[in-house]
Amino acid sequence: MSTSSSLLNIQGLDKSFQTEQQSVQALRQIELDVKEGEFVTVIGPSGCGKSTLLRIIAGLDTGYEGSVKLGGQPITGPGIDKGFIFQEPRLFPWLTVEKNIAADLSLRDKDVRRRVDELIELVKLKGFEQAYPKALSGGMAQRVAIARALLRNPRILLLDEPFGALDAFTRAHMQEVLLDIWERNGTTMILVTHDIDEAVFLGNRIIILKPRPGEIRGRVTVDLPYPRKKSSAGFQEFRYKVLNEFERIDELAFGEAGAGI
Amino acid sequence: MSVRQDDLAEAARKPLRRAWVIRGSGRWLSSLAWGSALPVAFLLLWQWLGDQELISPLLFPTPLVILESFGWLWNTGMLAENFGASLYRMAAGFGLGGGLGLLLGLFVGLSRGMEKLLDSTVQMVRMVPHISVTFLFVLWFGIGDTSKIMLIAKGCFFPLYIYTFLGIRNTDRKLFEVTRVLAYSRFKQIVRLVLPASVPNIVVGVRLSLAVAWGSLVVAEMMGASSGLGFLMMDARAMSDTPTVFVGIALFTVLGVITDVIVLLVERRLLAWRDS
Ligand SMILES: Nc1ncnc2c1ncn2[C@@H]1O[C@H](COP(=O)(O)OP(=O)(O)O)[C@@H](O)[C@H]1O
Ligand SMILES: [Mg+2]
Repeated sequence: MSTSSSLLNIQGLDKSFQTEQQSVQALRQIELDVKEGEFVTVIGPSGCGKSTLLRIIAGLDTGYEGSVKLGGQPITGPGIDKGFIFQEPRLFPWLTVEKNIAADLSLRDKDVRRRVDELIELVKLKGFEQAYPKALSGGMAQRVAIARALLRNPRILLLDEPFGALDAFTRAHMQEVLLDIWERNGTTMILVTHDIDEAVFLGNRIIILKPRPGEIRGRVTVDLPYPRKKSSAGFQEFRYKVLNEFERIDELAFGEAGAGI
Repeated sequence: MSVRQDDLAEAARKPLRRAWVIRGSGRWLSSLAWGSALPVAFLLLWQWLGDQELISPLLFPTPLVILESFGWLWNTGMLAENFGASLYRMAAGFGLGGGLGLLLGLFVGLSRGMEKLLDSTVQMVRMVPHISVTFLFVLWFGIGDTSKIMLIAKGCFFPLYIYTFLGIRNTDRKLFEVTRVLAYSRFKQIVRLVLPASVPNIVVGVRLSLAVAWGSLVVAEMMGASSGLGFLMMDARAMSDTPTVFVGIALFTVLGVITDVIVLLVERRLLAWRDS
């Protein structure tokens, strides 16, 4: 939680997609600075460029204008210093839980073995080490994906609507698991969501995006202590603050955000 | 105290496991009994019709007569010799053709350049009717093992080639992205993603190849051979020895069942991770 030096720095980021008929501007003049150990949530209606932004930070997408730097270095491609959690767990179906977490690292390596066991403990999957993904629930599978990313000690963890496909109870549980991990490991996180409660519950800071073209419309710093209670007056206050920012965005976009998905 | 508890736990576990094994094998036996009821009834009826002289002994020798012929072939060593010859041809043909199909499928699947160069040629050759070249193969390679092995190999090549190629090209794009995020090298992408992802398709290719191998073997040996199950049958037919023809049919069937069981076991082991 101790916010110190800048880790991620984005300046004047523009991104457009060229299709046969037209060119779609997905992001325009994005300015963002994320400090070491921060938990930033990004919220906005679908199509506002949230995934595009995250993919650029991950190095999965390199055709853009502007500057995107991690630890002062321009991002040139994907790497294990940038962990990425997709909306779907994307596990290798032919590998057991522990082998999925290890992925290309060997479990016969004592150090890897120990770290994998620790992570299994951390994401609360003890007893499922030998299970195949087909036997896991959605929440469990997503926890395996998180452990897989954490094993590589990323400098930043990027999460693209990671709990969007889960039911409300599982989602609430996963949010607590993620906060627990963040508090223990201090990994810098950027989590994309379209759920206002999730954004307020998790973030030090909320970035509000608007669509067509994707631009930052507002920034809210959430100075509530963790753990936060969704029913508390303070929580509701920030919830309204974010909602107010949304109301400044035109009717159409708000309608999409209100629809939830 | 703790020792006693461990003992208790052990004791509690043991009868449980034994009960499970007994119940398991009981179920297996019962399904075997049900499954074989119809064939056994059919054999009994066949035997009875033969004994009553209601069917021709020349066209339909009774199961006991066939069994007797089997015993004679067994004792003279003719059975082992010819069955062995057939098995060898099938294994060699499958190994050669299937192996090449797998290798070429991998090359063409992994490289667009190879695909441009080779795929259209392979697809064209595939269209040549299989049976139509049997005669040519006998002319080229004689009536010995070579012509049979080549025919079987030709048949086995295409299913494995096509399904290996398909398996590689159908690798999940989303998982590909995961390997990029995890910074896999190109080599690791192939060995740890593309190959395991292709296994289900390759297994389908193996099964189809074995079916083709088996069919090709029958055809090749009946067209002209000096050993093998097909030869045994053609020879018996020439001498109106119908029981031996039946033995040949039965052994071909056994060969088919054996290959099917092998594929099933391999599949169960390799594809345990699959849904249903
Ligand atoms: N590969 C692509 N090709 C063309 N257009 C794209 C592509 N990816 C995203 N877009 C467009 O960019 C915009 C932002 O998309 P995205 O980042 O996926 O939004 P979000 O994740 O916020 O829902 C959308 O209008 C979308 O249609
Ligand atoms: Mg998205």
